[in-house]
Amino acid sequence: MLDTVRKSIGRQLTLTALKSKESPSQTAGPYVHIGCVPTFAGLEGMFGGVDLGSRMINKNTRGERITITGQVVDGIGVPLKDGIVEIWQADHAGLFNCSRESRGRADPYFMGWGRQPTDRNNGSFTFETIRPGQVPYSDGRLQAPHIQFWIAARGINLGLHTRMYFGDEERANQDDPVLSLIGDEHRIQTLIAAKTPRGFQFKIHLQGDQETVFFDI
Amino acid sequence: MGVTKYNLHCQSRYIRRDRDWHPPPLAPRYLSTTYRSPRHRPVTLDSTVADITGPVFGHDKIGPNDHDLLINYAKPGKSAVGERIMVHGRLRDENGRAISGVLIEFWQANAGGRYRHIADTYKAPLDENFGGCGRTITDEDGAYMLRTVKPGPYPWPNGGNDWRPSHIHFSLFGEGFAQRLITQMYFEGDPLIELCPIVATIRDKKAIDQLISRYDPQSTVPMDIRAYRFDITLRGRCSTPFENRLEGN
Repeated sequence: MLDTVRKSIGRQLTLTALKSKESPSQTAGPYVHIGCVPTFAGLEGMFGGVDLGSRMINKNTRGERITITGQVVDGIGVPLKDGIVEIWQADHAGLFNCSRESRGRADPYFMGWGRQPTDRNNGSFTFETIRPGQVPYSDGRLQAPHIQFWIAARGINLGLHTRMYFGDEERANQDDPVLSLIGDEHRIQTLIAAKTPRGFQFKIHLQGDQETVFFDI
Repeated sequence: MGVTKYNLHCQSRYIRRDRDWHPPPLAPRYLSTTYRSPRHRPVTLDSTVADITGPVFGHDKIGPNDHDLLINYAKPGKSAVGERIMVHGRLRDENGRAISGVLIEFWQANAGGRYRHIADTYKAPLDENFGGCGRTITDEDGAYMLRTVKPGPYPWPNGGNDWRPSHIHFSLFGEGFAQRLITQMYFEGDPLIELCPIVATIRDKKAIDQLISRYDPQSTVPMDIRAYRFDITLRGRCSTPFENRLEGN
């Protein structure tokens, strides 16, 4: 009850203070690769021939190397071949490489952001990164290691935020405040990447029985 | 102890997205949304450190002509074919605060309405001096500018005789990953705006109006290039003192 009152008061105050509404979203369309991964899209030589976010780690980066592979599939199981997937994550110690990180200084050799196209042939994506450390939730409780995901493509009207957790972090996943909030075990499983001999496998379902949990953050 | 620190995080969380202002996931007139729209409502979370922080792109990553589509893919001394225009504006948050030092990316069709993409087979020819993408970083006032040719309208397969109005795609980063946004900019006076099923995914006319750039004669450079003004707003942070006091209780 108090929570409801608090929210509605907060909302009213917020609304009166607003100078302008957020610009509304529009789909990234079928050619998002031109804008976000132009080298992949075949624009030879554009921006020095390197797509932003295509490489996340170098030899100086600290932490356990991991490979995340996956696909984004639609409601009838067809992989998206025209989308982009972005990730944003903490470093090995749980710190973000950003001036607004107030808890300490992150590994300078790890930006923490990556971006990959979904492949034009089979819709797959791959990230070579490190396993992130633990980060506190808003109430101070530690969250299980996880990575923020953001997906944009034709047919997606507003970019989708989700999270990937690690299949080999069972204990931490059980205590995770966000997974607990979801409650439903079947839905929780949509956020947990399976450990395979080649790394972690994370399939994102936009719709259907296995629809991934997306977040309003 | 740690309490103060986490209250600080609460105070800097973002204002909730107004999901009636944004287009809904499923928009029947835009067929591509049919199987790509989640059916569950997104799960509402408190902002965490991951949401209020975001990637930082230094000026060193950006080349001097990256923002200039007239020449950034052209052979030396050449320029893209089409109506020369510049688009400029300010990036601010919902509280009116300038967002400086953040990355903006843009991409578009050429003057004939054709994208430099393997999947685009429209009849209009490619322009060998036009790639169709650019990027820039906002200055200390949140201002940005790009130069390009006005993109042409083009037909697209959506079940009928649908033509996209001239538009430029914008990808915006902001300061926190929760602000991440992709949208499209349209041109004042284009009759195709009203007919477009993708524009129509947005239900509020005032929201659509936010995406329409205005001709800007003041910034138009004589005998050189016409200017359009396009201001962009990203989510703002909650910073009302009352709310913070309540959060702290």
